[in-house]
Amino acid sequence: MAGKTLYDKLWDAHLVRQNDDGSALIYIDRQILHEVTSPQAFEGLRLAGRKPWRIDANLATPDHNVPTTERSAGVDQIEDPVSRIQVKTLDANCDEFGIVEFKMNDQRQGIVHVVGPEQGMTLPGTTVVCGDSHTSTHGAFGALAHGIGTSEVEHVLATQCLIAKKMKNMLVRVDGELGAGVTAKDVVLHIIGVIGTAGGTGYAIEFGGSAIRSISMEGRMTICNMAIEAGARVGLVAVDETTIEYFRGRPFSPSEEQWDAAVASWKELVSDDDARFDTVVEIKAEDIQPQVTWGTSPEMVAPVSALVPNPDAESDPVKADGIRRALKYMGLQADQKITDIQLDRVFIGSCTNSRIEDLRAAAEVVKGRKVAANIKQALVVPGSGLVKAQAEAEGLDKIFVEAGLEWREPGCSMCLAMNPDKLGQGEHCASTSNRNFEGRQGFGGRTHLVSPAMAAAAAVTGHFIDVRELMQ
Amino acid sequence: MKKFTQHTGIAAPLDRANVDTDMIIPKQFLKSIKRAGFGPNLFDELRYLDEGQPDQDCAGRPLNPDFVLNQPRYKGTSVLLARENFGCGSSREHAPWALDDFGIRTVIAPSFADIFYNNCFKNGLLPIVLAEAQVDQLFKEVEAAEGYELTVDLERQVVVTPSGEEFAFEVDAFRKHCLLNGLDDIGLTLQHADEIKAYEERRRQEAPWLFGAIK
Ligand code: SF4
Repeated sequence: MAGKTLYDKLWDAHLVRQNDDGSALIYIDRQILHEVTSPQAFEGLRLAGRKPWRIDANLATPDHNVPTTERSAGVDQIEDPVSRIQVKTLDANCDEFGIVEFKMNDQRQGIVHVVGPEQGMTLPGTTVVCGDSHTSTHGAFGALAHGIGTSEVEHVLATQCLIAKKMKNMLVRVDGELGAGVTAKDVVLHIIGVIGTAGGTGYAIEFGGSAIRSISMEGRMTICNMAIEAGARVGLVAVDETTIEYFRGRPFSPSEEQWDAAVASWKELVSDDDARFDTVVEIKAEDIQPQVTWGTSPEMVAPVSALVPNPDAESDPVKADGIRRALKYMGLQADQKITDIQLDRVFIGSCTNSRIEDLRAAAEVVKGRKVAANIKQALVVPGSGLVKAQAEAEGLDKIFVEAGLEWREPGCSMCLAMNPDKLGQGEHCASTSNRNFEGRQGFGGRTHLVSPAMAAAAAVTGHFIDVRELMQ
Repeated sequence: MKKFTQHTGIAAPLDRANVDTDMIIPKQFLKSIKRAGFGPNLFDELRYLDEGQPDQDCAGRPLNPDFVLNQPRYKGTSVLLARENFGCGSSREHAPWALDDFGIRTVIAPSFADIFYNNCFKNGLLPIVLAEAQVDQLFKEVEAAEGYELTVDLERQVVVTPSGEEFAFEVDAFRKHCLLNGLDDIGLTLQHADEIKAYEERRRQEAPWLFGAIK
């Protein structure tokens, strides 16, 4: 019999019941809640007179709507009344049901996908769900993690289980050594460019190979975070020493007495050598350059040295039409140089790239430089209050502010512009977030996805530039 | 949950690939804490020429005449024809809520994004996957004939065109059962509460660090 993939192992370990029709009931160890996708789930519980199955499996924090400007006066300070009600509703629901919540002004508050791992809530071998598609992030730790809809949030609250169907297995192996200035974000954008935004639909993607092994936990989170942009609900990286070390001393990590037993079980969380994958994609690390998206879907991506594509050169008419539509929306010309794209704003943040390592990479580039005159605003939004505190302890905030960037309070911010941080119509933004869909960062806004180092380079030059030119 | 057995209605062609959930219902409307009322803002950025605000009366807003659902011939659409990878992007269930609130009962496409596909079934909405060539044919037929209606029969798992041509589609037995009977799956799962408790006890033995840590 063939060995098991990491995904197979995680699935088997959480199977409560297999139904004859192929559906299954799987047990959920951890659920993270935020203000946008939970109110209707709590309301559903109340209407049905149900209680959460297991309180201590849940953790909540508001992130999508919170302002990132000064907010010491608390929730009442949220200007937009609709946002305010949503954050207050989360507070009230957590209070009512006894769920642990890091409220807006708690130092541990932040973006759900930054907070979960940071607290050791996410652990290797767990199942993690959240009403947010970027829950794939947590797979970086060898956890089975994926986004769910609000009905499922309610289902997990009420039953601690999810009705699921097993996915197929895909291995994306990145072997070799990444060049200087090439980061995890470039790796994942390159992968999406290769397999397409629907390439991973129906799959759990495991990212492996020597290049992935050499990447830090932060970088692995960036990669798994964007598995969903390749269509895969689940991204995974096998457990190794890097993973285990990450959890030492985290608040919800196993206690000292339990640590050895936990580590022994975590070490099993790798795909067997003879495991069978339904699809294998091989990528050479040396082929990956710093990436920039030029269009309105993450697969519309190219190396920074490339030209914007020409739809007339595309043989598939649906694709050519997609390129034409994207160029029109983005206000770009076919065959223009990516480095000629002029920018209006820069956003460094989001659950993809707002961890300490991301902020360090950006700070290194802007240090001693100034934001270019044509940039109206350059925001740096840390992923959590704890990331913010650490960055300040390292003096990164001063480097940003001296260079002319704004240093903000933690939250989702301009990633999806549910709070006041947004793009104006027609504005181009170099953004470290994960989606460049039409209107994502503001009505008519034009998003280009890049790594933190590339965003920082864009901030100080006013257009895209290969960050390696600034590193010499 | 609302039942879905058989449905006949006006079909409309939404001719673009990778329609994401931000497009189906833009983020400013996700601030609502309710499940209903998203219909007027379905496809807001495609449908109107101005920027929509939550809690705004949409009656007086300037419509985009080019958008398919604004065309008089597609008034009352309840069957949406779409292209590949429909519903990609965020997990917001507001997307199927908005489609449902607008009056769409079924979406037919060559492929769907996983989370959106899943979310539809929780809301009495039927997503149907047909082969690309079949979807192409439906696009051509609907564009050629005003008042074109499709019938979807979930029991028999077929889409029926006005000329009587039938296209078979696949659907999970469990999901089909729930939709046909309008079953609430929390209630179904709780029928297995003993199995869940037994699993949980084993888990507590094997991984005690996962219990009682978050407090
Ligand atoms: S940072 Fe952006 S992608 Fe991540 S959870 Fe927040 S809104 Fe979603």
